[in-house]
Amino acid sequence: MSNIIDKIQTEQLKKEVPNFKVGDTVKVHTRVVEGDKERIQIFAGIVICRRGSSLNEAFTVRKISYGEGVERVFPLHSPKVATIEVTKSGKVRRARLHYLRSRKGKKAMLVKEESRAVSA
Amino acid sequence: MSLGLIGKKLGMTKVYDSKGDAITVTVVDVSGNAVVQVKQQAGKDGYSAVQVGFDEQRESRLTRPLVGHFKKAGVGGKRVLKEFRFASDADMPAADVVLGPELFTEGQWVDVIGVTRGKGFQGVMKRHGFAGQPATHGHMMHRRPGSIGCRSTPGLVWKNQKMPGHDGTVRRTTQNLKVVQARAEDGVLLISGSIPGSKGSYVVVRPAKKKSAK
Repeated sequence: MSNIIDKIQTEQLKKEVPNFKVGDTVKVHTRVVEGDKERIQIFAGIVICRRGSSLNEAFTVRKISYGEGVERVFPLHSPKVATIEVTKSGKVRRARLHYLRSRKGKKAMLVKEESRAVSA
Repeated sequence: MSLGLIGKKLGMTKVYDSKGDAITVTVVDVSGNAVVQVKQQAGKDGYSAVQVGFDEQRESRLTRPLVGHFKKAGVGGKRVLKEFRFASDADMPAADVVLGPELFTEGQWVDVIGVTRGKGFQGVMKRHGFAGQPATHGHMMHRRPGSIGCRSTPGLVWKNQKMPGHDGTVRRTTQNLKVVQARAEDGVLLISGSIPGSKGSYVVVRPAKKKSAK
């Protein structure tokens, strides 16, 4: 890749990105503009996918809203993603948790909690 | 016509604007543009134009007449030469005009001229956007052009009938693209959307002909 394109992309990367993985439960604080006002909206759920690299990195968060599964894809370095708060770290054996989509009821949001964090 | 620049397509990326929306942009290197010759209506050329050169070229790679041409202008060897014409001598830019990204302002509309990527010999579906025929239900014809004419009237195939053939490698102008950023320190323009040509190909960036307001 051209050095200049690399530079343009590096400039836009966020300085600090919280360390989170697939399986973690997160709260994504997004900037929402309504008219001329800006407020923060929170989307909370499980990270089921992280893909891409550098400026193009994105992650998918899944939650169950009123019994209906909702997924949202966030570009990691977008200014609209204000902060990412990790509330729970999960232990999973897959890079993509698409199998959660076919689950129903209580199991739909079931991801084992990371034991390492507890023992450490 | 107003003054434009010659550039080299570097590739594409995205940038976030002030609202936080992502914009897909093409990065065009426009550093090293230089005025090689000024032609004036009043002079022996008989028309008003500015000849601009772009991209370094070793002297040993140039013909002797070209070496002399560049020497006269006091610039090093250039690979590409392009003239920008003006209606009259009065419309010509000032002699000390800066030929770089500064020539364009952010938010300005531009046209980009380039040679499209070659696609080789292509059928009518890709080349002309024909619909083709159904894939199944007993069809034995899938991507063919179908009928190319009538019967004894007119008794011939019309000229310019769209048929398979060589596709791509044609000069194309993409009109009304926005300059998202003009980065003087990098010598590049960030132009919204895609432009003709492959990475490394030469393009001409000029102010848009049909859209001037910001």
